[in-house]
Amino acid sequence: MHYALIPLLPFAAFLVVGLAGHWIRERAHLIAVPAVLGSFVLSAVVFAEVADGARISVPLYTWATSGDLRIEFGFLIDRLTAAMLLLVTVVSSLVHVYTIGYMRGEKGYARFFAYIALFTFSMLMLVMADNFLQLFVFWEAVGLCSYLLIGHWYERKSACDAATKAFIVNRVGDFGFLLGLLLAYWSFGSLEYRHAFAQAADLTGSTINLLKPVGGTWEVPTLTLMCLLLFVGATGKSAQVPLHVWLPDAMEGPTPISALIHAATMVTAGVFMVARLSPLYNLAPGAMEAVALVGAATMLLGASIALTQFDIKRVVAWSTVSQLGYMMMACGLGAYTAGIYHLLTHGAFKALLFLGCGSVIIALHHEQDMRRMGGLKDRLPVTYWTFVVGSLALAGFPLTAGFFSKDEILVSAWSSGDLGQALAVLGILTVFLTAFYSFRLVFLMFWGPSRVDPHVAGHVHEPPAAVTVPLVILAGLSILTGYLGIPEFLTPVLAGPEGAPHEGGAASALTAAATLLGLAGIATAYYFYVKAPAVPGRLAQQWQRLYQLSLHKWYWDELYDVTIVRPTVRLAHRLWQSIDIGVIDSAVNGIARMIAWSGWWLRLLQSGQTQHYALGMAMGAVLILTAYLLF
Amino acid sequence: MIPLSHYVMLSAIVFTTGLVGVLIRRNIIIILLSVELMLNATNINFVAFSYYFHNLAGQVFVFFALTVAAAEVAVGLAIIIALYRSRSSINVDDFQLLKW
Repeated sequence: MHYALIPLLPFAAFLVVGLAGHWIRERAHLIAVPAVLGSFVLSAVVFAEVADGARISVPLYTWATSGDLRIEFGFLIDRLTAAMLLLVTVVSSLVHVYTIGYMRGEKGYARFFAYIALFTFSMLMLVMADNFLQLFVFWEAVGLCSYLLIGHWYERKSACDAATKAFIVNRVGDFGFLLGLLLAYWSFGSLEYRHAFAQAADLTGSTINLLKPVGGTWEVPTLTLMCLLLFVGATGKSAQVPLHVWLPDAMEGPTPISALIHAATMVTAGVFMVARLSPLYNLAPGAMEAVALVGAATMLLGASIALTQFDIKRVVAWSTVSQLGYMMMACGLGAYTAGIYHLLTHGAFKALLFLGCGSVIIALHHEQDMRRMGGLKDRLPVTYWTFVVGSLALAGFPLTAGFFSKDEILVSAWSSGDLGQALAVLGILTVFLTAFYSFRLVFLMFWGPSRVDPHVAGHVHEPPAAVTVPLVILAGLSILTGYLGIPEFLTPVLAGPEGAPHEGGAASALTAAATLLGLAGIATAYYFYVKAPAVPGRLAQQWQRLYQLSLHKWYWDELYDVTIVRPTVRLAHRLWQSIDIGVIDSAVNGIARMIAWSGWWLRLLQSGQTQHYALGMAMGAVLILTAYLLF
Repeated sequence: MIPLSHYVMLSAIVFTTGLVGVLIRRNIIIILLSVELMLNATNINFVAFSYYFHNLAGQVFVFFALTVAAAEVAVGLAIIIALYRSRSSINVDDFQLLKW
């Protein structure tokens, strides 16, 4: 049963390290790393099994049966699953190794390994799920791990706040996801993918009257509603507008987490979900359009904000938001293959960029502001070169993996109709922004004069091999994943909607435009931050409004603060004062006080005089006799 | 022949006397004697009903009651002596430790 071992190995590591962490301490990696490596080897075996197009269905066990409802756990392993398994186990293994170097000597060393092992388990279960409920359970489990790991340094208030924010924002999305799940069960009578996919076509004509409870009429196609609700969950998990606000704050967590959870795997769960449920989405064109539009909006928003941030991890985080937008847009346009392709290549180069940032951060003793960096390329050569490879891939530089996958997205988008062409233009525009901000990062971090704190500058040196080896491997993958024929591999399992050709005549022109804009972005960044460092400041002065808009992240946080957070806090305060203290507390305290008061009076009956008790007995006897005689 | 009601009345009077004695007297020996009065009031009832219903069981029962009463007095007096030794008093007002 080597399928079950893939997730269970990290789970076993979690149990051992989590329960015995007190004794294991700095030996935690000796358990966690082999477990995850084992998962990786087994994933490779499974990959080989399904490479010929097999579709393996592994029932594990029945969890609960109630009437018609059967909740089963099982695995669905096809090419999509296998590719995701490899991504998760590869990045997870590398991050595990990296953590040995990054977290050495930290107080929560064992706890950290326990949580990333638990995360790896949950993520593997999520991608292998063969039913909606299993997807949902582990969807929540990865969210929990994200929460625990963002708040790893729980002594810091900012970390706790960021963890809470991530959790609450995700709950908003998960509520929609849960509704979508219920609707799926209600319409299909089953939570299994295969039943849902088999019956989806019968559902195309059916509608739901949303205003029925209030007597109105608003007919909505069932499938569109279901897909939209599920997509609400994806907007939370994959940080799409308007639920993207948690991801940049999640950078409060240790950097390995940002690479593993908030770049390569968990945040891509939403994209994976849309691709996995593509048979449903294909039948709901309205929902697909919404997915594409939200994806495109996220893509532009993320890129525009990444331009002006100064915290290196936040630049990379906003870039992740933007790239997730690309993937979502591709899925919404029916180009699932391109979306998942970009997901896989992005997993490699974005993990690389985060780990590179982490390497710089520890070399500079936890400095994250790029204004206090610069000139690091000679001091940190391995980090520098791998970071450049990652940035080139992110910018879509020719012959890197990012070039191929982004190209795939743009070409597929262009060939999928009017909406697709409009979005492809936006996508090309974003390529320019992406290239600009990623090389702004490179130039400000590694080039130019050193602005490093003089106290630290003397000790800057390359981190240990545990840190640099994963960087080199990921740099290799950032190139290599472009040449493995991933799109051809995935196409058979990820069919788009019918009648949507994904071979464009304008392909070469598009590629050329994207490449040129990418190069222009790099050149602009070079001009701004190496040749004429005064220009960015002057531009920021000139375009004050736009600059502030980008710097303040389009004021989303402020908007939510005014419209949601503060009213909620005020309402909670009001409820606390009036209902909690006024009603509940006084009722509880009142009862207690009444009992104490009556007890005080009643105890006077206990006089200690036996004759008083005898009198009571006699009077009782008389009363009983009287009652007996009268009635 | 004396009617049954007379015996019952007598029994009630003796019983009430005993009860009032238990409730209002302070001397612990008098209280014990009053308890005996109440016991004997029931004995009168037993004998009277036994006689009127021609059933000897009641009179046999009285012998048992008398025997138990004798034992009870013996135990009761022993307790009173013990109390007197510890408190130098046979006034029940001095024995009210068991209270709130």
